[in-house]
Amino acid sequence: MLSFVARRLAVAIPTLLILVVLSFVLMYSAPGGPFNSERPLPPEVLANIEAKYGLDQPFWKQIVNYVVGVVTQFDFGPSFQYKDRTVNDVIAQGFPVTLTYGFWSFVVAVTVGVSLGVAAAIKQNTWLDYLAVGISIGAQVLPNFVMAPILLLVFTLWLGWLPGGGWEGGQWNYLIMPVIALSTSYMASIARITRSSMLEVLNTNFIRTAQAKGLPMRRVIWRHAMKPTILPVLSYLGPAFVGMITGSVIIDVFFSTGGIGQFFVNSAFNRDYSVIMGITILVGTLTILFNLVVDILYAWIDPKIRY
Amino acid sequence: MTLRTKLLASTAALLIAGTGAVFADAHATHPETGEPLASDQTFVYRDLDESPSIDPGLAEDSAGGDILRDLFEGLYNQDPAGNLAPGVALSHTVSDDNLVYTFTLRNDAKWSNGDTVTAGDFEYAWKRAASPELASPYSWFIEIMALENASEVISGDVMPADLGVTAIDDTTLEVRLTQPLPYFPLMLTHFTTFPVHQATVDEFGSDWTKPGNMVSNGAYMLTEHVPQEKLVRARNEMYWDNENTILEEVTSLVISDENVALTRYLAGELDRTHVPAGQFPRLSEEFPDQAVSVPEACSYYYMFNLRDAASEDVQDPNVRKALSLAIDRDIIVENVLAGGQKAAYTFTHWATAGFETPDIPMATMTQEDRNAMAAELMAEAGYGADNPLEIDLVYNTSESHKSVAVAVSQMWKQTLGVETVLANQEWQTFLEARSNGDYEVARGGWCADYNEASTFLDLMQSESGYNDSKYVNSEVDALLEEAKTSDNAQANYDRVEEFIAQDTPIIPIYHYASVYMYAENLEGWPFENFQQQWYSKDLFKIAE
Amino acid sequence: MFPNRAAVEGVGDAMELAEVKGRSLWADARTRFFRNKAAVISLIMLIMVAGFALFGGVFAQYENDFVDFSLIGSNAYKGVPSVETGHYFGTDSNGRDLFARTVQGTGISLMVGVVGALVAVIVGTLYGATAGYYGGRVDGLMMRIVDVLMSIPFMFVLILMLVIFGRSIFMLFLGIGLISWLDMARIARGQTLTIKNKEFVEVAVATGVHPVKIILRHIVPNLLGIVIVYATLLVPNMIIFESFISFLGLGVQEPATSLGALINEGSRTMQFGYYWQIAYPLFFFVVTIFAFFFVGDGLRDALDPKDR
Repeated sequence: MLSFVARRLAVAIPTLLILVVLSFVLMYSAPGGPFNSERPLPPEVLANIEAKYGLDQPFWKQIVNYVVGVVTQFDFGPSFQYKDRTVNDVIAQGFPVTLTYGFWSFVVAVTVGVSLGVAAAIKQNTWLDYLAVGISIGAQVLPNFVMAPILLLVFTLWLGWLPGGGWEGGQWNYLIMPVIALSTSYMASIARITRSSMLEVLNTNFIRTAQAKGLPMRRVIWRHAMKPTILPVLSYLGPAFVGMITGSVIIDVFFSTGGIGQFFVNSAFNRDYSVIMGITILVGTLTILFNLVVDILYAWIDPKIRY
Repeated sequence: MTLRTKLLASTAALLIAGTGAVFADAHATHPETGEPLASDQTFVYRDLDESPSIDPGLAEDSAGGDILRDLFEGLYNQDPAGNLAPGVALSHTVSDDNLVYTFTLRNDAKWSNGDTVTAGDFEYAWKRAASPELASPYSWFIEIMALENASEVISGDVMPADLGVTAIDDTTLEVRLTQPLPYFPLMLTHFTTFPVHQATVDEFGSDWTKPGNMVSNGAYMLTEHVPQEKLVRARNEMYWDNENTILEEVTSLVISDENVALTRYLAGELDRTHVPAGQFPRLSEEFPDQAVSVPEACSYYYMFNLRDAASEDVQDPNVRKALSLAIDRDIIVENVLAGGQKAAYTFTHWATAGFETPDIPMATMTQEDRNAMAAELMAEAGYGADNPLEIDLVYNTSESHKSVAVAVSQMWKQTLGVETVLANQEWQTFLEARSNGDYEVARGGWCADYNEASTFLDLMQSESGYNDSKYVNSEVDALLEEAKTSDNAQANYDRVEEFIAQDTPIIPIYHYASVYMYAENLEGWPFENFQQQWYSKDLFKIAE
Repeated sequence: MFPNRAAVEGVGDAMELAEVKGRSLWADARTRFFRNKAAVISLIMLIMVAGFALFGGVFAQYENDFVDFSLIGSNAYKGVPSVETGHYFGTDSNGRDLFARTVQGTGISLMVGVVGALVAVIVGTLYGATAGYYGGRVDGLMMRIVDVLMSIPFMFVLILMLVIFGRSIFMLFLGIGLISWLDMARIARGQTLTIKNKEFVEVAVATGVHPVKIILRHIVPNLLGIVIVYATLLVPNMIIFESFISFLGLGVQEPATSLGALINEGSRTMQFGYYWQIAYPLFFFVVTIFAFFFVGDGLRDALDPKDR
């Protein structure tokens, strides 16, 4: 197990390097620079700016400087777009926001999704099953850029119950709509996976044996059926987590939450190289770590798997 | 407002009503108009995006300008009509050759930490803005102010110390120009010229613009700033005219989606927001007191690529003219945008100060006549049903640019049989393509730097860095050069506009309007101000 | 967002089982599939949607880029759906016929879904089968590469690519395909590992058949069941994915459109009461995705005859 973790971490480092180089090259081959605007800058002004950010140096030197800065000082450099702040500032401000609503969405998606799936499986072919399946498919097909404005219309404009956006340090009433909009489709997927997985488990011999022994249903489910049911759900959590971080783009656009999603898209459009790189590296690192955690959990729950 | 202060305010109001104003409440009525004021004097408005910077030296966008005009005060302000109003400077004198300006500063202007605002603060700020070390994207503004040595300082050839600005003493500032600029004092209302508190910058470095660090001299001071979420500024007690400031707190919220912003406005969360394209007629019917459209100092146009290497198709002025004629501008302003924009046949915005829109023949024709003439011109140029013209039209990603492009391409197709290939590029790619001449027809928009026709027409100069069409006409160059010193510049501007209509290097399409929803109880908005330069200190909310 | 690996892998196990028992897997599967009502109805719906995309244009009274200048600006009362004006679905906010646009958008969305899934499936299957067949160090290396790629936030890379190389349908296919072949590769490899030890493969190896031929002739055909199920479940995800790209303004170029782009435009005007601008595209979007999900589930159940 330990050697497995070590091996995975060893792969993580070259992965990140590839990611850095890939995005750096992509950004550099982009038409347009970070300092273009409707009004083109006079050459002497542009020269000053490029000198300030080191963009007048050869390509290889820039990339080396960048990687050295990141590795040795954890310094992602200044933002080209937001001239008052560094990339570290941007991430320090936006990332906790994304992480907060991402975490709650994750919790909601997993708890609601699993309960819905289990309930549907136990009561297979009853109205509860149909309702759960209906909800989960409906939730999965409604794009969240449609759901977000609908939520706003209903809860902010018509009912006046919730503030229409902002973050305010993550107070609960500012969290509700982002979490609903972000978690729904993942909740739906998890419910579907759980249901079919649970159905399969309930039909296996050992569960039938347990039932035949006269164990109460609740006990059978919790003690025996839950663990194998959860395995396919677990393998879905990695992609789900990445999807939620990416989906934060939509949340930030609609609810003005100020997370990294908005920063990423704005930076991509404005060629803010350093912010893009910073966020890409951050999300890449998280993805690697999260996949690792999921794999470890998987191995822990299912002892058949050997690494 | 907390419950407690609300209670206090209403108690005060009761007492005034009951005892005949025994307790004078400073904000019960407006000092000049006498209107009853609301107890809640906060103003919340929507910004499209986070401003790149709120450092006066580095700021570059107009939303940042709105914030900076609250936080800082320059030598002059604009009054609601757009005229010069005293700011930190009380008055100025000009030398006979119009090259040396001497400003007299008020002695009671204070920074938010209590320090006096001196002429030296301006000298420091201007030299800082021009310095290569700061590398401000807006250092070109110091250049177009024509300050002595401005270009040399920016290119690093001379030290910033040699810039043409000197503090003679604490209240006297001398500015030396290299050429006379009639509109120079108006340029001093721009944020790049605002003073900066040197001790604060020295202490905090680039962190000086963060709340808690920033020392400013405007009517408001920065209290909270969460990028991509909001920026809050509160009354600056040290401001020299603090007693006439009515709004207590101003908040700008970053809401990138205009429809979300409108929803939140309708839910009462905002006092000002943009009207989404095409929604003005409906909103102004439903909320006549809230939806307002006023002229905005920008022109919208399509440009042709006239470079030698560019496509042959659009090198024929008659083809360009036909394409211009075939655009039914009335449909675009009335049906597509429908926000009080005005159809444009001249490049210069119709509401520009001192500018009379010249009579362009095309402007007075009916659309049928224009279409007929366009069809004729196209036939002469050899295009027809058997040989249709094909054109690439690029625009940058935006719902309203898309709507205009779709409508225009259909007008060309339906009246002239021209096939248009639409290409929507995102902003940076678009700018690059346009300045490199990698297009056939491209969208353009230009906003006035100052309220005078040359701010638009100078784009038509052969050497102008902003002439993305690369239109070259020596007569136009001569006319524009002459206009700078002429007593009757209008005649020259008329001639230039005629050249534009004749040669059609660009197709003017419409003149912008600024279309917003304003909360019903918000008063004091400077609707007549052509550049829409507003100051929160002039705004107030009346009791409903 | 992608189909669950574990669920799809079951199909492979089932196919082995069927082979052992020596009955016709495909005939059995067909019977089972047609017994599944939801799946059959969905299949019919899907055929109808595809028919709409292919032949709907015949019924449209207008071209999809034709702007009706008498209608723009007065959308709310004139651009409503009506048989009389020929705008069956009303007009969009630019005065264009929504019926023609929905037909065209459905076509693009289906194409993005199917082509995206095809790219993913072809690349993934070949890659996985190759890795699985050769095994050992080659396998290790190839799978490490997959691990590395899996850790890259591809949505971000795709946004960068579209921003940088300009938007085009080709870029979209490439980007979407690039993202989704990884899972398929893992699944294909896992199955190949078991197939490889079968007699027919061993015979082929012993008689000196070229490895490329073995992979293409003997291994890939045996992966078909899994591939079909995975592909069917991948298509709706591709369509959803494209709608997200359209939301960012990086989708197909005007005047072409996609369901995602139409829904996005419609969601901007729904608060003004132009409900038809979102309702019709959303209807086709939802029906298509529903149908693919059910057909995919039906296929999986049919090919994996464990009683569910």
